[in-house]
Amino acid sequence: MKACEYQQITPGAPAQAPAPRRPRRKWEVFPGRNRFFCDGRLMLARQSGVFLLTLGLILSTTCLFFVFDCPFLTQHLTFAIPIIGGILFFFVMCSLLRTSFSDPGILPRATPCEAADLEKQINDTGSSMYRPPPRTKEVMINGQVVKLKYCFTCKMFRPPRALHCSVCDNCVERFDHHCPWVGNCVGKRNYRFFYTFLLSLSFLTAFVFACVITHLILRSQESGFLNTLKETPASVLELVVCFFSVWSILGLSGFHTYLVASNLTTNEDIKGSWSTKRNSEDLGNPYSHKSIITNCCAVLCGPLPPSLIDRRGIVEPEPLLPLTTKSESVSLGTKSDTSLDAACQDFAISCTA
Amino acid sequence: FQGHNLQELRRSASLATKVFIQRDYSEGTMCQFQTKFPPELDSRIERQLFEETVKNLNNYYVEAEKIGGSSYLEGCLACATAYFIFLCMETHYEKVLKKISKYIQEQNEKIYAPRGLLITDPVERGMRVIEISIYEDRCSSGSSSSGSSSTTSSGGGGGVANRGR
Repeated sequence: MKACEYQQITPGAPAQAPAPRRPRRKWEVFPGRNRFFCDGRLMLARQSGVFLLTLGLILSTTCLFFVFDCPFLTQHLTFAIPIIGGILFFFVMCSLLRTSFSDPGILPRATPCEAADLEKQINDTGSSMYRPPPRTKEVMINGQVVKLKYCFTCKMFRPPRALHCSVCDNCVERFDHHCPWVGNCVGKRNYRFFYTFLLSLSFLTAFVFACVITHLILRSQESGFLNTLKETPASVLELVVCFFSVWSILGLSGFHTYLVASNLTTNEDIKGSWSTKRNSEDLGNPYSHKSIITNCCAVLCGPLPPSLIDRRGIVEPEPLLPLTTKSESVSLGTKSDTSLDAACQDFAISCTA
Repeated sequence: FQGHNLQELRRSASLATKVFIQRDYSEGTMCQFQTKFPPELDSRIERQLFEETVKNLNNYYVEAEKIGGSSYLEGCLACATAYFIFLCMETHYEKVLKKISKYIQEQNEKIYAPRGLLITDPVERGMRVIEISIYEDRCSSGSSSSGSSSTTSSGGGGGVANRGR
C-alpha cells in the first residue's frame, strides 16, 4: 500500500477549532452605508461623486488663480495677495477634508440585549406611556415636551435632535443635514468644521473674484480688453465659477450664522419645530442658551465629543465571558456559537414570549 | 452571594440578566443618566451605593461637556490651527472619559464585582445606557437573581457537568 502523506488524527484529542480568522476591525462590519479609508481612520458617505466635484472645482480654480493672476497682481499690487490666497486656501482645504472625513456623530446601533430590554419595556407598560407604532416617548426638556422617536433600524429611542439619515443609514446626533457637496452628514461632531469651511470658502471665493476683476481691469488698461482675454483666458473661467458660487456660498454662510446664533439645526428650522408663531404657548427652542454669544460659543467652541463608533477597534470574536459560558449556552439547547449575543437572544426570546 | 473579585467573577459565574439605565433628557441633550433604582438590583446592592455611582458618573459627564473659559480656549486654538492641534493634543472630553473609565473600573472592583454585578462603560454602548450585568453564582442553584427560568435550571445542570473541568 502506498504510504500516504497525511497526519494521523490522534483519537481523544479535542477537535481542533478552525484556524482563527484575521481579527477584523469594527469598520469592516459597520452596518451603515459608509466608505472607510486608511484602515478606518477616514470615512465618507457611499455616494461621493459630488464631493469630488467640489474638490475639483476648488483645486482647479485656486491653481488657475495662482498660476495666471497672482504673478501679475504681485507685480502690480502687493505680494500679500498670494499669501492671503494661500492662507484662505489652506483653511478651506483643511476644513473641507475634516468635515468630509470625520464621523459626524453617528450613534452605534443598539446591541441585541438592549433592543430586547426596550421591547420588553414597551410591551410591559402598555399604551398609557407609549403610543403604538410609530413608537414615541415624550420627555420634558427645559419645561417643553419633546417627542423622542423609536428608530426601527438602529433599535433605540433617538436622543433629542438626533435623526436617522436615509442616505447613510445611520442615526446621527444633532443632525443638521446630509451635504452631498462634502460627501458626508453634518452633525454634532463636524458642524464646526462645516461652518469654518463655509466661511473660509466664502472669503476665498470673494477674494478670488475681486482679484480676478482687478487683474482684468488693470490688464485692460494696459493692453485693451480683447487682448486681455486672449492673454489670460483662465481668468474668465475663474470669474464664471466664482460668480456663480459666491452668491450661494455667501447665502449659506449667512443662513448657518443665523442657525449658530439661535442654536438651531437646518432640519429644525425647515420643519419649524420651535417656531413660536404656531402656538403662543411654545417657549421657543429649548436648547438655546438664550444669548447669541453663548449659543455661538457653545456650538462652535464647545467640547468636541469623541467618536462613538470606534472604527478601529477589533471586533471581539469571543464574548466578554470566558469559555465556560459556552457549555452554558450549549446546554440551553441553542445551536449558536459562543457569543454573548446568543445568551442575549435567549433573553430576548424569553422576554417577548 | 459569595464574595467575588473581578477575575473570579468571570471564571465562576454565569450571566443571568442585564439591566439598562437609560438616559435622562430633562436637562437637554447633555449626557445624564436616570438615578431611578431598577427593581432587579433590589436584592443585590444597596440603593444608596447605586445612586452614588450614577450621580458621580453624571457629575463627570457634566464636567466633560462644560462650556466655559477653558473649552472656549481649546475651541478657538483648534480653529486657529485649522484643527491640526487635535492630532497632538487630547481634547478635554477625552481626558474626562479616561477618568470615567478608571472610576468605573474602580467601582467594579470594589463594590459591584463582590456583589456579582458588572458595570459596562456607557461609551462602549454609544452613551445610550449604563449596562449592568447581573451574574449568578454557578454553584448556587435557584439563586436570588431574576433571570429567566431556563437559565437558572440549566445553570444548575451546567454547573454539575463542569465540575470535573
